[in-house]
Parts: sequence; C-alpha cells; structure tokens
Amino acid sequence: MSVPLLQLTDINVCYADQPILQNVTLSISEKEIVTLIGPNGAGKTTLVRVVLGLLNPTSGTRQMRDGVTIGYMPQKVSVEPTLPLSVKHFLRLAKKEKATDISKVLQQVGIAHLVNQPVYGLSGGEMQRVLLARALLQKPNLLVLDEPVQGVDITGQRELYKLIAALRSELGCGVLMVSHDLHLVMAATDKVVCLNKHVCCSGHPEHVTNDPAYIALFGEQESEFAVYAHHHDHTHSTDGAVIHND
Amino acid sequence: MLIIMITPIVQMEPLSTMIEFLVRACLAGLGIAVIAGPLGCFVVWRRMAYFGDTLAHSALLGIALGIMLEVQLNIAVIICCILLALLLVTLQQNRNIATDTLLGILAHSTLSLGLVIVSLMDNIRIDLMGYLFGDLLAVNNVDLLWIYSGGILVIGLVCWLWRPLLSITIHEELARVEGIPVNTMRMVLMLLIAMVIAVAMKIVGVLLITSLLIIPAATARKLAASPEKMAIWASGLGCLAVILGIALSYYYNTPTGPSVVVAAGLLFILVTALPMKRSY
Repeated sequence: MSVPLLQLTDINVCYADQPILQNVTLSISEKEIVTLIGPNGAGKTTLVRVVLGLLNPTSGTRQMRDGVTIGYMPQKVSVEPTLPLSVKHFLRLAKKEKATDISKVLQQVGIAHLVNQPVYGLSGGEMQRVLLARALLQKPNLLVLDEPVQGVDITGQRELYKLIAALRSELGCGVLMVSHDLHLVMAATDKVVCLNKHVCCSGHPEHVTNDPAYIALFGEQESEFAVYAHHHDHTHSTDGAVIHND
Repeated sequence: MLIIMITPIVQMEPLSTMIEFLVRACLAGLGIAVIAGPLGCFVVWRRMAYFGDTLAHSALLGIALGIMLEVQLNIAVIICCILLALLLVTLQQNRNIATDTLLGILAHSTLSLGLVIVSLMDNIRIDLMGYLFGDLLAVNNVDLLWIYSGGILVIGLVCWLWRPLLSITIHEELARVEGIPVNTMRMVLMLLIAMVIAVAMKIVGVLLITSLLIIPAATARKLAASPEKMAIWASGLGCLAVILGIALSYYYNTPTGPSVVVAAGLLFILVTALPMKRSY
C-alpha cells in the first residue's frame, strides 16, 4: 500500500492535565473516506485541529506526505450581516483562485446559480456547499470536513454526502469528515473511527456498528428510532427546479 | 518648557490667517476621514468598537507620558496604544473577567491615569479640552505631515494586506489553514488602528475618535455591495462629515470635533431613512 496522505501516531492532547485525546492513531489514504464519529466532548474537533496542524499535540507525531494540500471546511462560518459579501467574493478570498476556477467549483458543488448572491442570508445547505467550494479551490488532495451537514435537513444531508463521495472519485482526494450520525454516512464511508477521547473502535462501517464498543457508546439506535420514509415522485436540484423520477 | 497653544478664536484673526486655518483644518480632517474609512469598516465587521474606544482613551495617557518623558507625542501615543493592546491580550487569558469588563477597566483607568499625570505636571500648560474633544483649528504643518505620511502608510498597508485582513475577519481558522499568518495580521490591524488614533487624536479628540471610525462605516453599509465599496463609501461619507462639521463650526462658532461627529451622525440618520433596499 502507498504512503498515507496523513498519518497520526499516538497522539495525546491535554489541557490543564485533563486528557482530551489519548493515544490516537489515524491514517488517511488517497481516495479514502474516513468518518470520525463520537459523542459530544469526545475530542473530535480537537483531533481535526491536530490533523489541520492548528494544534500541536502534547505528544505523538503527525506526518504529512510531501506535496499534500489540505482543503478545510469549517463546522460553521457565519458572515456578519454588516459585511456585504457575495458568494463569488467569498470564494475569491481563497488563495489560489482564478475566475474560471470559481465557476468550475460552483458547478461541481451544484450552486452555480448562487454566484452573485450575498453570503449573508444563504440557507444552511447552500452555505455548506459554498464552504465546500472554498475548500475545493485549494486544489486539495486531502479534504477535511468538520460536520459538513450541520444545519442541513435530512434530504439535504443525503445529497451532500452523495456529493462528497462523488467528489472523492472525481478528484481522487482523501476525505476526513466528522459526523454525528453514522447511518446517513455509511454508504459513503470506507472507514469509520469511533472516538471517545481514545479510539474505541475503527474499521468498515458495518463492522463498527456491530462492535460492542460502538454499541456501548451509541446504543442500538435502530431499536429506539425509526426513520420515517415516504416515496417522492420527484426531487429538486439545488436551485429548486423539479426533477421527475422516471 | 513646553507650551501648547490655546485654541485661537477664529473671528479675531485677519482674513488671510483665518483662511489658512480653515484650509489646514480641511486638509487634516479630509486626510483622517480617508484613512478612517477602511479601518472603520474592519472595526464594524469585527465588532471592535469598544476596543477602539479603549485604545483611544489610553491615548491621553500616551500624551501625558510623552510630555513627561519628552518623546514626540504621536510616537508616544502609538507606543502606548500598542502596549495597551498587548496588555489586553495577556489579561484576556484570565477567563474570570469578561472582555467588555476588561475593556471598561482599561479604558477608564488609562484615561484617568492620563488626567492625573497631566495635573501633576504643574509647569506645563496643556490644552486638555483640545485633546479630549479635538481642535481641528489648531492643526499645524507638522500635524499635516504626520497625517499624510502616516495616512499613506496606513492606506498602503491596508490595500496590500486587504485580502488576508478580510479573510481573518470572516473565519480565523479557515484563514490559518489556507496559509495566512493570522496572529501577524491581527497585530497589523491593531497597529493600524493605533496609528489612526494617534494622528486623529488632535482633530476629533480621544473621546470622539471611535465615532469617526464607526459612524461613516455603519452608514456605508447600506450603500455598498462589496467590502471594498463599503470602505470607499466610508471614506467618502467621512469626508462629507468633515466638511459639513467644519462649516458648522465656522458659521456658528461651535467646537469643531463634536461638530464633525454631529454631521456624521446626521448623515447616518439620513441614509438609514432613505427609502432604498439594501442589495447585499
């Protein structure tokens, strides 16, 4: 197997003697989608900050393969209403952009029609796509997505995950994403890492859902919640146009 | 011994001198309005109004120390503002005090300390009202030189660093991942604000400087469709406020600093009341 894009080995992070992360080992390879799940306070965001190089771990090593560029999609970006900023302008703040790049990535994430819209006032799903576009402008070989579907409704979530999986095949980049809900991400994930300060279990999603450590952390969700489903005879594209199912 | 000129009463001067005063006042005011525009936008976007106010209040301490230690006053003010900003960053580590409380403590204790030191220097006459509320008509050629050389430096830096400054204003972590030196940029912004305060202090006074930063910027919001246009509008509206304020001051013999601020406030109300929809 080739050298992973990023390899974290025995990462420990402590704040004021409180362990936040303990002996976390994690690797992300090319074209691999790794999903990080865990309860609140499990250290997911801390681990993402270590991956991004924003936080130096108390101990442990972080090795990034030469020539790897990270595209980062933060959990939430709220632009002040006092700042007049169009989507195009927001994307222009990414360092390596060109005008053609901007229209290309907007097409890739399916929001070409929003190019001149003000960022303030976009819906949750639209904003997430704009952030994804900004990450893509870095021409990344590693995408780091911190809760990419936050504030997006269930249908939108499914579409975003589908988009991320499609982008992975199209660009051939590795993807690390943080998620609350394993069930929606499952289809789009190669490896799941279940985190609760330390790595509880990791592996293929189906394997993980049957792991006692996962069940202890999340319970057997299927028995408590059922997802209500009904059949739609059409879907909508991101600009709201109706697409009929044939 | 240092004597600082008491405000000349305009009406008693011969006409040519008076026009000279007015021209200098206008040049100084316009220069400051142009610099204050883009930086005022950053103050508004980053919600730093109270921070700017605190720096401005500490400027009086800078003046007092500058006179005491015989340091050039603009430089003394800049150094004092930077030290205060660093002190603030250090004290912010202490999570037991909220930032706005901290700013309040620093603003008023530095202002008071400045006033106390000034009163202790009994061999020096200082135009305190001028420093507190500004004295546009006491501007001399050295002040103009400071405003324009400092102004060119500030505007040059803002233009050069516009994109990284805007980027850290929107999301610091994202900017950091994209390779922007966030801490340096934050320091640069603080330094730029300190410089504006140092050169603007004599014109509108330490108590009114923040208004020149935030009122034109807030007024510009409704008229602008992009951050750059908002900065330019803010400069333009600031210039208009300066001219209206000086005119008011000239015709009705009102204090110049407050007159400029009143004009800026009236422009804000006028634009807010305009029956037009914000496009962005």
